[in-house]
Amino acid sequence: MFIVNYIKDVFNALKSLAIGLRRTLFYFTHHKEIITEQYPDNRATLHLADRFKGEVVMPHDENNEHRCTGCTACELACPNGTIKVVTKFDMTPEGKKKKAIDKLVYHLELCTMCNLCITACPSDAIKMAQTFEHSVYDRSQLTKVLNKEGSKIMEGVE
Amino acid sequence: MWSFSNIADIIHEWLNKTFNATLATLFEMVIAGVCVIGLFAVLGLILVIMERKVAAWIQIRLGPNRVGPKGMMQSMADTLKLLVKEAMTPDGADKFLFNLAPYIAMMVAMLLMAPIAFASNFMMWNLNIGVLYVSAISSVSVISILMAGWASNNKYSLLGAMRSGAQIVSYELSAGLAILSIVVLSGTLNLNEIVLSQADGWWIFKGHIPVIISFIIFIIAVTAETNRAPFDLAEAESELTAGFHTEYSGMKFALFFLAEYVNVFIVCAIGATLFLGGWMPFHIGHWEGFNHIMDFIPSSLWFFGKTFFLIFLIMWFRWTFPRLRIDQLLNLEWKYLLPIGMFNLLLVTAIAILGWYF
Repeated sequence: MFIVNYIKDVFNALKSLAIGLRRTLFYFTHHKEIITEQYPDNRATLHLADRFKGEVVMPHDENNEHRCTGCTACELACPNGTIKVVTKFDMTPEGKKKKAIDKLVYHLELCTMCNLCITACPSDAIKMAQTFEHSVYDRSQLTKVLNKEGSKIMEGVE
Repeated sequence: MWSFSNIADIIHEWLNKTFNATLATLFEMVIAGVCVIGLFAVLGLILVIMERKVAAWIQIRLGPNRVGPKGMMQSMADTLKLLVKEAMTPDGADKFLFNLAPYIAMMVAMLLMAPIAFASNFMMWNLNIGVLYVSAISSVSVISILMAGWASNNKYSLLGAMRSGAQIVSYELSAGLAILSIVVLSGTLNLNEIVLSQADGWWIFKGHIPVIISFIIFIIAVTAETNRAPFDLAEAESELTAGFHTEYSGMKFALFFLAEYVNVFIVCAIGATLFLGGWMPFHIGHWEGFNHIMDFIPSSLWFFGKTFFLIFLIMWFRWTFPRLRIDQLLNLEWKYLLPIGMFNLLLVTAIAILGWYF
């Protein structure tokens, strides 16, 4: 029946419009839902989403030790050559050679924050930090060495 | 008690005492003109900040909050910016029509102010064919849009103007039919008398479901007529950059912008007058006590309150509904609104003849 479908169309249209209007009225009257951050004013109390990724960092403990074994899994996982692992060989007390990192070079200007290096890392040596104020005056300052001066691998990480 | 009609009477008396009749009339015309321009400026400022705040809150944002207390001076700053910007005329444009178009848009908006009753006994022109005048003048606004689109010598502008032409011409019909249903019920074309006919209840309550249907049709049609989302095909920021005012800048753009907002105010004022009783306070039948209490609220407050409620409704639509395609737009008008409006007018006529309304 044409006329029945026609009337049904009109009613369904009005109903769906009313549902949309009710949703937006809810947002209009509930100012607590507002998610805007007044950024430069609230640096101290800034709330960032858990999934927000700012840059790759390597956490060090109080003894200046990190967990990186120099396996280069992150370098292989990176799709655009952001990470370069420079390895060296340390001598263990038993006189064996052991692979370790000399430098883990990270090019922030190339990084797309895809998180592939973090998932590739077998020993959880690197993670994403939530910093985002990365502006510098010279491009070379964006090339960072992630391991600190004189740091060494943590005991027990293979 | 002070009211708009009191002030108008005092000014009228003083002018007639001090000058001769011709001069007094001339002065009154100038005063009315200045008042209209002042109202335009104030409306532009208020409606722009209102639109931006409503948009922000609906989209879970804060909106403008830097200029002045709570960002309320933002539209002042925008106006200042537009005033100091250069109003360019493109090289390939038809200079005369290009510069004329914004003034026609403004003039139409100004003419439409004339028959509106802002408060009891306070209107510029107590016209006995007010409704006809409003629907006739409001269709002139399409000329300014077509003029702007054609004279800009820009394909986006022309596309936007053509779409807008098709839209305004078709939606005027159903807006007219919706208005007619109130004319049938009240039996007059005079906007002031239509308001007076609602002294025992507004038409939207007195006229049962048919009047509610024509109110819905009216709101949809005037949203389309003022080129606002979801019917903003003529501007369509995402498809046609800005439609007919792509090539305009500075104050000429501001005039188009202002005309759009003033038109929104005017159609909402007409809607408030026809369906919600204009400046008439909220009265219920013959409850003398209740009606008397309601009369203490000034009539101008009632008028502006209802008008701003309708403006909020139209803004709410804009930030909720997605834009229609041109074929969907014409489908909606010719297959749904117009047949329903015609049938509804028949129903309203039957109700009016049989006296079934309150």
